[in-house]
Amino acid sequence: MTVFVDIGPLDAIPQQGARVVKTAQGCVAVFRTADDRVFALEDRCPHKGGPLSEGIVHGTSVTCPLHNWVFDMNSGTAQGADEGLVRTFATKVQQGRVLIDATLIRRSNAA
Amino acid sequence: MKRKLVVIGAGMASGRMLEHLLDANPDAWDVTLFNGEPRGNYNRLMLSPVLSGEKTYEEIVTHDADWYRARGIDCRFGEPVVKIDRKNRTVSSNLGGAPYDALVIATGSAPFIIPVPGKELPGVVTYRDLEDTHAMIEAGVAGKDAVVIGGGLLGLEAAAGMAARGARVTVIHLNGHLMERQLDPAAGYLLQKDLEARGIRVHCNGATKAILGHDRAEAVLLEDGTVYPADLVCMAVGIRPETRLANDTHLEVERGIVVDDAMRTSDPHIFALGECVEHRKQLFGLVAPLYDQAKVLAKTLAEEEAEFRPVQTATKLKVTGCDLFSAGDFAEGEGREDIVFRDPGRGIYKRLVLQDNRIIGVVMYGETGDGNWFYGLMKDGTDIEEMRETLIFGPAFQGGSKLDPMAAVAALPPEAEICGCNGVCKGTIVKAVQGGATTLDAVRACTKASGSCGTCTGLVEQVMKFTLGDSFTAAAPAGMCKCTDHSHEDVRRLIKSMGLKSIPAVMQELGWKTVGGCHSCRPALNFYLLAEWPLDYRDDRQSRFVNERNHANIQKDGTYSVVPRMWGGVTTPAELRAIADAADKYNVPMVKVTGGQRIDLLGVRKEDLPHMWADLNAAGLVSGHAYSKGLRTVKTCVGSEFCRFGTQDSTGLGIRLEKLLWGSWTPHKVKLGVSGCPRNCAEATCKDVGVVCVDSGYNISVAGAAGMELKETEHLASTPDEDEAVEIITAFVQLYREQAKYLDRPYKWVAKVGLDWVKAQVVEDIDNRRALVARFDLSQSVYRRDPWADLSTPTETPKWGPLADLTLEAAE
Repeated sequence: MTVFVDIGPLDAIPQQGARVVKTAQGCVAVFRTADDRVFALEDRCPHKGGPLSEGIVHGTSVTCPLHNWVFDMNSGTAQGADEGLVRTFATKVQQGRVLIDATLIRRSNAA
Repeated sequence: MKRKLVVIGAGMASGRMLEHLLDANPDAWDVTLFNGEPRGNYNRLMLSPVLSGEKTYEEIVTHDADWYRARGIDCRFGEPVVKIDRKNRTVSSNLGGAPYDALVIATGSAPFIIPVPGKELPGVVTYRDLEDTHAMIEAGVAGKDAVVIGGGLLGLEAAAGMAARGARVTVIHLNGHLMERQLDPAAGYLLQKDLEARGIRVHCNGATKAILGHDRAEAVLLEDGTVYPADLVCMAVGIRPETRLANDTHLEVERGIVVDDAMRTSDPHIFALGECVEHRKQLFGLVAPLYDQAKVLAKTLAEEEAEFRPVQTATKLKVTGCDLFSAGDFAEGEGREDIVFRDPGRGIYKRLVLQDNRIIGVVMYGETGDGNWFYGLMKDGTDIEEMRETLIFGPAFQGGSKLDPMAAVAALPPEAEICGCNGVCKGTIVKAVQGGATTLDAVRACTKASGSCGTCTGLVEQVMKFTLGDSFTAAAPAGMCKCTDHSHEDVRRLIKSMGLKSIPAVMQELGWKTVGGCHSCRPALNFYLLAEWPLDYRDDRQSRFVNERNHANIQKDGTYSVVPRMWGGVTTPAELRAIADAADKYNVPMVKVTGGQRIDLLGVRKEDLPHMWADLNAAGLVSGHAYSKGLRTVKTCVGSEFCRFGTQDSTGLGIRLEKLLWGSWTPHKVKLGVSGCPRNCAEATCKDVGVVCVDSGYNISVAGAAGMELKETEHLASTPDEDEAVEIITAFVQLYREQAKYLDRPYKWVAKVGLDWVKAQVVEDIDNRRALVARFDLSQSVYRRDPWADLSTPTETPKWGPLADLTLEAAE
């Protein structure tokens, strides 16, 4: 079973926007959709390392701000002609708070 | 011997349960029914028609005292139970009591009162039972101000009911769109539009701070400072299961009274059903699952096997004229697909959410006749692959016409303007076509529509097609992006002629094919809306590219560059010191002079941006907008002030232009140059707008380029007067803002519309020029402000850092 850790209030993330969470495994982008669902993706585009947290959020997709690669936030896979995958992390929203997979507290993902 | 059954609460769930129980075994039970309300069971779903006056109480009664009496039920109405004695298996009321072999708790729910100051003032009511309804009716709401807090099902029904009785109603809703649990934003937008059309004001994103008033409610104050007058305040924000009796007798209670699949509580002799229960962590407010519970409990009491399994339920809003239907799960998700149908002309929106070829969610607005058919397919898990192509059109429709792309044009009234240049409205074009003008050229010849800049050609053709039918075939213009077949030009025009003032409004009325647009159309729509409605539309930051959202240019490593504005390229030692200090303080790796006579601080971390801005602001520096589709720089030479060749004060003019134009958003970036003599040291003749000063005045030229394409500017006007030069340039920029396609630089736009047309608009027609300037000034009254100051406040600054830092927890 996934153990979760609180990272802050849902209201701190703009709708159709994102905030970054720093972890020992690198930065994670936490997105909030127009209908208040939350997704967490590695904040690094596999193409040229662009910060996905700064991309335009549309539906459940995000467009990388550097070269317009589009990722499905459910699966982390690149859409269209581009091929690539970013890590996704489990999240949930409980009583207005956002929780994320607690394994991100660890220093490495193998630990 | 008959066993003794005591039921607490005569609501819809217990009424239905008794029906089932006594129909099956009329002689098995002696039933005693306690009810706090002095009456039997009525259909709560019908309270809103009672409120609006469409029905009376008598018409909504389902089980009255006679019904219960005929079945030998001992009715104790108006006699609330105050205590349950589990040891002796008795209940006590305020007047007496009764023993039981089996006890059913059906106490329902109480309205949730939000804990704000003033909540107990007279005039603040809830909307839950007949008493509440009568209270609202008796308050005589006609001609008064009523505020409903809560834009969910109940709140909107209360609002519509009071509006029908003549109240001025405002609905305050915490979420961004109405009924967010049942509707997606598109359907929420349509609902809001319909309610507003019936005179109900809707305030979304509104958090109630207090109810104001001395002796009774007078007004409602929101967190954002808005105040709405209110003679009556109706709270309809949700319900709370009524669990006090169960709590007092120490049954297991979470949010509701906990029951198992057989509707049994933690005491084997006590059962519960309805809105007071919690089953597998879930509460129930809609009637369908309550009726299912009634069926299950009747079987359990008859000692038959039965399990309560909640199913997806469908919602309809009972407000006359607002036709909506919602069922299942309509959030987007992995492996889920949408089928979206929009008919803008008739205000219809239908969306099916599919997963594995099965419907898992339905949202419909405007036309809901097929709702139950979709709902049936969803409940049955029917594989819809075979009928997928035509599914959205409903059961009666297998194979037929597709979504009509002309719906938006068809819906325009005859007086809607199609051609802005020549002021031609739809009706004029229709008349011309009916009068025999069946080709585009003929329409142009007799109406002038699309005869000037030509960007409305697509729309004119659509009007022709709409009038002529299939006999007309137009060259299809390219859509803005994959989300729509409408071209940029059409979208701009329709935003104006249909009065569309939000991104959801555009997407709905113009039949967007995606749910939330894409990275290509959203920034364009945001610009078109703010350019058209500077006072009404609020800039949507989340629809902007990163650079404009963060007011800095993102670099390849995710850091940003910061460029302070230097008016006309002129600076001071104090400003340079502040820039140097900021560069030191924030460890800026590179300081570079730009091509536009500015200083660029490269490699700044995002979380440092607001701090650096605050430091630079303190020295009087503001954003240089080096990141915007807007005015970038006005490059100048030193001109007559110092230069021995200078003919006019080119530096002064450059500063004046920059102070006038800064902060404005444009379809693409705009760069100006002002040179003091024909030697042209400011390289003005490859800018979007260039001024070359001569002895006799100012030569203004436009539409240059020095990027991927290289193009010299073309002469627009010459004037001896600096004021007139400024006016012409301002009018040119405004015309560009109003007319050009998003991401077309001025040289591309001028190539499309022709320089002669531009000259006619901003040079020759002086009234038009002044009108353009006035519209520019109006827009600047909103947008000419420093984003650095706005975004480096104590509330904004923390938003630039990370939401959380889990590396700190790792270290512990």
